[in-house]
This record gives sequence, C-alpha cells and structure tokens, in this order.
Amino acid sequence: MSTRIVVDPVTRIEGHLRIEADIENGKIKDAYSSGTMVRLLEEILRGRDPLDAWAYVGRVCGVCTSVHSLTSVRAVEDALDIVIPPNAEMVRNIMFCAQYMHDHVVHFYHLHAMDWVDVVNALKADPKKTSELAQSISNWPKSSPGYFSDLQKRITKFVESGQLGIFSNGYWGHPAYKLPAEVNLIGLAHYLEALEWQKEIVKVHTIFGGKNPHPNYLVGGMACAISTDDVSGLNAERLAYVEQLLKQGKEFIEQVYIPDLMAIASFYKDWGAIGGGLGSFMAYGDLPWNGYRDISSYKFPQGVILNKDISKVYDVDLRKDDEVQEFIDNSWYEYKGKGGLHPWKGESKIKYTGPKPPFENLDTSKAYSYLKTPRWKGNAVEVGPLARVLVGYARGREDFKMVVDKALKDLDVPVTALFSTLGRTAARGLESVLVAQWGLDFFYQLIDNIKKGDTRMADSSKRSSSKWPEKALGVGHSEAPRGALAHWINIEDEKIANYQLVVPTTWNASPRDAKGQVSAYEAALRDTPIADPKQPVEILRTVHSFDPCLACAVHLYDEEGKHISRISVLGD
Amino acid sequence: MDNATMQKSPTYLEEFKRKGYSRKDFLKFCTLMAAYLGLENSSVGQVVQALSNKPRLPVIWLHFQECTCCSESFIRSSHPIVADVLLDQISLDYTETLMAASGHQAEEAMKNTMTKYKGEYILCVEGSVPTAADGVYCMIGGKTSLQILEEAAEGAKAIIAWGSCASNGCVQAAKPNPTSATPIHKLVKGKPVIKVPGCPPIGEVMAGVIVHVVTFGRLPELDGLGRPKAFYSKRVHDTCYRRPYYDAGLYVESFDDENAKKGYCLYKVGCKGPSTYNACGVTKWNNGVSFPIQSGHGCFGCSEENYWDNGRIYQRASAFPGFGIESTADMVGKVALGVTAGALAAHAVMTNVRKKKLIKGLEKEGKESEKELKD
Repeated sequence: MSTRIVVDPVTRIEGHLRIEADIENGKIKDAYSSGTMVRLLEEILRGRDPLDAWAYVGRVCGVCTSVHSLTSVRAVEDALDIVIPPNAEMVRNIMFCAQYMHDHVVHFYHLHAMDWVDVVNALKADPKKTSELAQSISNWPKSSPGYFSDLQKRITKFVESGQLGIFSNGYWGHPAYKLPAEVNLIGLAHYLEALEWQKEIVKVHTIFGGKNPHPNYLVGGMACAISTDDVSGLNAERLAYVEQLLKQGKEFIEQVYIPDLMAIASFYKDWGAIGGGLGSFMAYGDLPWNGYRDISSYKFPQGVILNKDISKVYDVDLRKDDEVQEFIDNSWYEYKGKGGLHPWKGESKIKYTGPKPPFENLDTSKAYSYLKTPRWKGNAVEVGPLARVLVGYARGREDFKMVVDKALKDLDVPVTALFSTLGRTAARGLESVLVAQWGLDFFYQLIDNIKKGDTRMADSSKRSSSKWPEKALGVGHSEAPRGALAHWINIEDEKIANYQLVVPTTWNASPRDAKGQVSAYEAALRDTPIADPKQPVEILRTVHSFDPCLACAVHLYDEEGKHISRISVLGD
Repeated sequence: MDNATMQKSPTYLEEFKRKGYSRKDFLKFCTLMAAYLGLENSSVGQVVQALSNKPRLPVIWLHFQECTCCSESFIRSSHPIVADVLLDQISLDYTETLMAASGHQAEEAMKNTMTKYKGEYILCVEGSVPTAADGVYCMIGGKTSLQILEEAAEGAKAIIAWGSCASNGCVQAAKPNPTSATPIHKLVKGKPVIKVPGCPPIGEVMAGVIVHVVTFGRLPELDGLGRPKAFYSKRVHDTCYRRPYYDAGLYVESFDDENAKKGYCLYKVGCKGPSTYNACGVTKWNNGVSFPIQSGHGCFGCSEENYWDNGRIYQRASAFPGFGIESTADMVGKVALGVTAGALAAHAVMTNVRKKKLIKGLEKEGKESEKELKD
C-alpha cells in the first residue's frame, strides 16, 4: 500500500510546480509532475509585429532572461532570411555565456545548495578547520579562520533571533544531510558571496542590452553600435568592462563554484546512482562561431542519445514534421484530432478538467497539468546541462572529454554515474567551466573584428515590412540554461499569424503520454529513497537537479475552436 | 510596531554591533541611508531612531502570474545596501524563489508569519492574478492565486505590487487578456498598495522602496497612480543624456547607422522615453552601468500602464511638446499616447530655431515616415 504525498509549491525554482508522489517501502513508486499556471501569451502575440516578438516572449522568463529573446530574433531572422553581422553574433554569444555563468551559479548556491547543505549544522563548524579545508581545495582569498568565524557569529545571531527568514522551516537536521559541519559552513559562506557576485556578471547584459533582467535584443543584429570614438557606443572603456566582468566570472566559477561542487559531491556519491531517469537526451546545440546556419561551427553540438548508448548520436531536424511533436493526452487541453502535432501545425484549446480549488490532490488518472507532452520521434528525452555535456562527450569533442574525464577521475566514479541526480548537477558545473572560457574566446574574436575594421552590428535592410514575403515560416532554436529551446513562427501579411514555443521544462516536466511513457522528472523520481515522507528533501534534490523553470504554459485558445495555432511555453 | 514585536527580534543597531560595527559606523550608515532617500541632514536623527529600535521587518513575497524577473532584479540591488545585508534587515519569511522549505513546510512558514505578525508584515506581490475560469489559471498548493492573495492581504500592514504584472497586468494582460490577468490594487480593498512598475523595476528602486518602509515605518509618498514619487516622477526623456540631440533634431534613422554610432536620439526608431516615467535615466541599471537608451535601444515604456498595447515597439511615439521636466505623471496620464504627425517637428522648432534649416528637412522627412507608419 502506497502513500500519496504532495509537494506544492516546489520552491527555489521559477514558476509554479506541483509534485505528487506515491511512497512505498521508503521509496517513490510513482510520481506526477504538474504545472499549475498559464498566461496564454500566444493569443496575445497573434497579429502583432514580428519585430516586437522578442520583447513579448522575453517575458516568458526572467530567471533565464535573454534566452527567449535570442531564440525569437533567430526565428524571425530565419523566416525573413536575415543574416546578422559577425559582431552581433559575437555579442549575442558573449551575452549567452554571461547568462549561463549567472544562471548556473545562482542555481547551484541559491536554488539547489540547501538540498545538500545544512545551514543550521554549519554553526557547529570549527572555523580554523573550515579555513584549512577551504584553502586545501581552492586559492579563493576569502578563507581565513577569522572570515569563517565572523560569518558563523552572524548566522548564529540570525538563527537565535527567531526570525529565520528564507531559512524558516527548512529540513535542517534531516538524516539525508551528510556534509561535515565545515563543508556546510563553506557552502553557507559561498551562498552569501555568490549572492553578491551574481549582480556583477549580469552587467555584461547591461552594457550590450541596456539592462538585466530582460536586456534588449534586435532583429537583424544588436542595437549597441560599435563606436570606438564616441562615449555612447561600444568603445574601449565599455569593452574593457566586459572583459573584466568575464574574467572575474571565470575566476569565481573556477575558484569557488567548481571546488565547492566537487567537495559537496564527494560526500553524496550515492546520488550518482539515484535519479537517473530516462537515459535518453537531446540538445539542439548553440554558440555558433561562423553563423547560426552553420551548425558544424557550434560550440555546443546538437544531437540525440537514446537509452544511455553514447556510441550513437542522432541528428535533430526541427523543420521535419515527424521529429518534434506535442501531445496532450494528460494535459488540460483538447485537440480536434488525435495524436501528436508538429509545432508549425499545432492546435490547441485549453480545457481545465482538474479539481475545483481549493483541493488536496489532483486526479492523476486523468489530465493533470497545463504542460503538454513533447516527444522526439515518439521518444521521451531529457534536455539540459547533462544532455549537452553527454552529446558533446559522445560527439568526441575534446573540450567536453577533458572536463568530464577529469571530474570522473577526481570523484573516482564510473562514467555511468553521470546518469543521475549527481551527474545532472555536476554537468551544470562542468559546462560552466567551458562556457566561461568560450565567453572570453568570443570576446577576443569581437575585438579582432573591430581591429580589422569591421564595426557592423546590425543589418537593417530587411527591417521594413515592405521587403518581406507575403508568407514566411521560421524556426529559432537555442540551448537555454535549462535545455533545448525552440520557437516556431508563421508570418503572414507582415504580422504574426502563429507563434509557438516548445521549451526545456516542457520536455522535462511534462505529464506522461498516451503510451504511458513518462517524461524526465517523473522518470527520475521513481525509486528515489524517502527517509521521512513529511520532509521529502530527496524529492527536491532530484527535481532541483533539473533546475525547473515553469514561467508559463501558454496555449492558444479559440472560442470558435477554429484556430489551429498555439504556443506552449514553459520555463526557458 | 508595538513593543511585543520589538522584543521578538534584534534591532538594526544590535545587528550592527553584533557584526562588529561600531555605533559610529551605524550613524554613518544612517547618514548614507538618509542621503539615499533624499532627506535633509536634519532627518538623519529620525533614521537613527528608526533603525535602532525596530526588529527586522517581516515580509511575505507571493508569486502569481509572473516570470520572476522582479525577484531577480531585487537581488541585483547594489545600493543603498548590498544584497546580503538587505536580506538581513528584513525577514523574508516566504518567497517561493529563495526559501529553503517547500510544500507544507513553506505554507506553514507563511501561516506562522501571518499569525505572529498580524497587522505588521509587508505583503509583496510579484505577478498578476488571473480571475477568468474561477481562477484555475494559477493555482498554488491547490488554491487559486486569488484565494491566497485574499488570505495574505488580510493581516498585512501594506502591500507592495512589484513590477508591471502586479501593477498593471503586464504582458499577460495585453489584448485580449485571455486569462483576465488582474493587477493587485483592483483586487485588494482597504489596504495601501504601493505600485512599483517596470519589467522589471530597477533593483535599487525595489530595495529603496523596502528601505523606506523599514526606516520610517510608513509608506513612501506616492503619485496619483500609486507609485513612489522618488522614482517615478520624472520622464525618462527629461533625464536622458541624449536629450540635447532630440532638442537639436538629431536622430538615429535606423539601427547601426552613422547617427547611432554618434549616440543621437532614438526617438525616430521608437523610443518611448517621452511618455515613460521611471528612474532609468538617473539611477540607471545594475549599479548605474547603463540603461536601454545608453546601449542603443529605445525605451519601450515598460513601467507604463498598458505599454504592450501602446503601439509597436519601433513605431515612433507622438512627442509631447510643451511638457517640461516639471510635468507630472498625473498630467501626462490624461494625454493619450498615439501617433501625431508633425508633433516632433513642432517641438523641435520650439526648442531650437538655430537649426531651422535642418529641422525643415527633418519635418518633411518626419511627415513622410509618419505616413509610412500610419498606412
């Protein structure tokens, strides 16, 4: 006999996620993942100017900010056959790298760490031993006994005040926490340092895009003109600022994030065999070195891995009718026909059939989520850092092999440990190392271009709608921090006729399909040990390892039921 | 706050001392805080008094139809105080983005604060509330967002509506607003609501609003639209460093043209600075690094009511001839933003007769562009 437990709200994520899990003999027998918020942006987009779309869809998510805007301008440029100048490609890539660095560090310390780090236990640490430990794993300068001692006093007083703020009602003292007090104290110290640090790296967005969150993008390139001889343009001062931010970001990742990740992981090696999930992965690839259309130039290669077989990587084609399709068998929608639909042909109408709130439980024998269920050639696949790292590794890319093999060796775990909650969390750190270096590589390429006299930043020749075809289809894709993201656009008579998004968290958090195939969250939660059903911190570990982002589930709704376009947006 | 509340938690002065700062440091901090809040020197004492005696302000931060950009922006704040100090000064007892607890434990944390600090806590709301279909478009813990809002608002001392979603509905309330996304002030009665619009608001502005409430135990002065005057009383246009180019009739004609490289005015490529009230031109973004116009893209008015439906982003807005720096949001609120042929030229003539020749050319060109845009 199993017991149903509910975690809602799942916190330290973006958006509204509910997990219901059946526990039997101290393990999760089955789990259900439900997205419980919609905004219906697609209907709002219909009829608007394609040049404006990036701003609307940028508001899908403010955590993985910029990625929807990037994907949107790519979709419109694809539809209108616009090739952006190389400098704009570099600027977009640099912003992409800054976004990863920010997002992954914030995820690790502020959204995920408290699943592994016991804040209250940190008060028992010996500051001197903490200092010795910190200095043995990193050169990071803030590591003196005094530093840790001051911090400890501050947190002690905080806890004693009785006003625990964001630490209220945490799972402190839970038997699943395994770190020595000294490691907990380092984790807590870096939680606070990372909170300070994160506001710096995003300044790369502010310089190029004017603000963060939600920097500005532009169809045709970027709006930040290069002008080495004017205070308003990208000049030597602005560029030096970017370089410094990228270098400092890289330093933080190498000297704080990675040593902490490895130290914490070494105490949780058992999680290298928990939360593996589907074993099938997909990445669309990103970071073009030679133009968006030259997939071979991507720093992140694209591909699909099925059933943990990394000897074979399949290609992905987002334009093909039978590759990416969305199903609604367990979602709060209805289709006119049956089966799955490619996003360019998608149709949907929202149909909430869940219980009337307030309610205790969902009826998971029927539809139970605002998320649709996307599939690649009928396969459930996981997207995100682990997918990207595995695809890079399986494609034989040297830089991927180097960081992965080193991490496996340092932790003394087999390659199969990658297929796990721990592997997912580690992959996020490993790709951060790569991206931090690539950000600088792109930066120096930009400088090189400017040196050679190329100062173009935007191609405005096709921004006038008089130059557009009557009808145009486009697809933009990217690797958002949380995984493969694509937007499909249909332009008719200078307006958006249809705009659709299939986003990473939809791939990972969706409900099961008609065949009963579960998606990544539900697969990964199965067999997870639960020590105390009233304090299911283990569920959070696995769910957080995906970095959920459920900003919205957006679907076209037509009162006459005639319209056949729709968007499904969830997360980044 | 009453004495009972005071005894529950350390005061700011106690916090300072505990962290090893002296009373002198504390006074310095208070002076800076007063300066930041734009107060006279004589008010410093008031700040000192306020911070010496108050416990950390309990805050409940709810998330409804939103994208979390407001929470992200809040943690970007660099001043008046750094993020970790800020988190120490308020007691952020519930926020889905950062809190350790989930599920029942999270709900319990919120209930504890609602009971223990009834009438004392500040309720922050990020996101709009969908009222269509009995509220099923946003449910948390099996309840609708409206149910949660009503429960949490009841014992709140005041409500802060973060960002454009909570202030005016933002993108999900754009036509045809399919979920009936509704801003907070339309749903909560009998409680003061501070609107802090923007998508997102500037991090330092958000921190500034909180600091004001913490320091004085009362709300900042608001304009007729419910926004803190300190940050929303000036148009971006009037505080824009590119304003002289507008006055001189020098414009970027298309992105990345020669004029863009010279940093000319972005009005003709759609800048809505002339109709937008926000602190972007002064406070700027991310500790003053830049703001949209400085980075070459026009302002698209993200802090204004219904900005998603106020014309296309790259469509030239009508100018507001005659409106000086002294004009208030209340006055401009009565002037509809639309496309007015010739308004640009009228303003330019008024402000700079010496460039008459150039302006004439621009006027002709401007009218042609307006025609194109109106088609």
